[in-house]
Amino acid sequence: MVYILPIILFLVGLFGVLVKRNLIKMIISVSIMDYALFLFFALIGYRGEGMPPIELKGAEHVKFVDPLPQALVLTAIVIGLATTALLVGIAVRIYQKYGTFDIEKIRKLRG
Amino acid sequence: MLEIYLLSILMILGAMLAISLPNLMAAVISMGIVGYSLALSFMFLGAPDLAIVQIIVETMSLIILIAAIIKTTEEDTPEEKKLARIPVYIGGAGFFAIFLLMFVRISGFLPGFGHPALRMASDYIASGFEQTGAPNLVAAVILNLRGYDTLGEATVLFAAVVGLVVVLRKTGRKK
Repeated sequence: MVYILPIILFLVGLFGVLVKRNLIKMIISVSIMDYALFLFFALIGYRGEGMPPIELKGAEHVKFVDPLPQALVLTAIVIGLATTALLVGIAVRIYQKYGTFDIEKIRKLRG
Repeated sequence: MLEIYLLSILMILGAMLAISLPNLMAAVISMGIVGYSLALSFMFLGAPDLAIVQIIVETMSLIILIAAIIKTTEEDTPEEKKLARIPVYIGGAGFFAIFLLMFVRISGFLPGFGHPALRMASDYIASGFEQTGAPNLVAAVILNLRGYDTLGEATVLFAAVVGLVVVLRKTGRKK
């Protein structure tokens, strides 16, 4: 069952988000969760000995992989980049204000 | 098939390294292992468009993260050996176990590997080339057959970029 591997990758990222206290580490973990979902979608759409869904002249009856998950993932990858950039921007602002990435110290220095 | 297993295991190891390394720069490089292995496995899964986009996006996100680390600090927050941290670890491990068990329970409902359901996509494959005139079916789906989806995602992208500009701008409102 190959689907278990992206799920384990997702859970590693989730563990990082839950346990780590450093903001950059949490951003990295969120990105890893993103990647795990992309891999899962690509595996769902794969077809045994399937070709990429691109039309070729002369090869009419080839099997194509599922183009729908690929289309969903293609936009999701770009959204993932934008959210990573937004999170990094917020983290840099927090560092400029508090001088630390530690979320517990950030909470203590409130006000 | 074997390549997918090897690359997935490499990705899991890279993710574990990225979470556990004490130096932030090394952690970001380990995240690069995960992203580029993902691009390679897209190639093996018959998705060259995704591989190209993933390589570009991975490079850009690594540049963003490295620039942020150079501007700030390289060191991870040291892990404190406190009693109050134990419930956090127990909770994390509990989440891990419960999600894995739930996935194993529902994995029987998924279509088998190599035999996708193709409910919507069989129509797209049958008539997509004639309907849209595009030789690449993925481009046909995102830009023509499901154009409103792409419009919504572009809105999300715009919102994220506007948020980034608002967060990072130097000048505030004058008092």
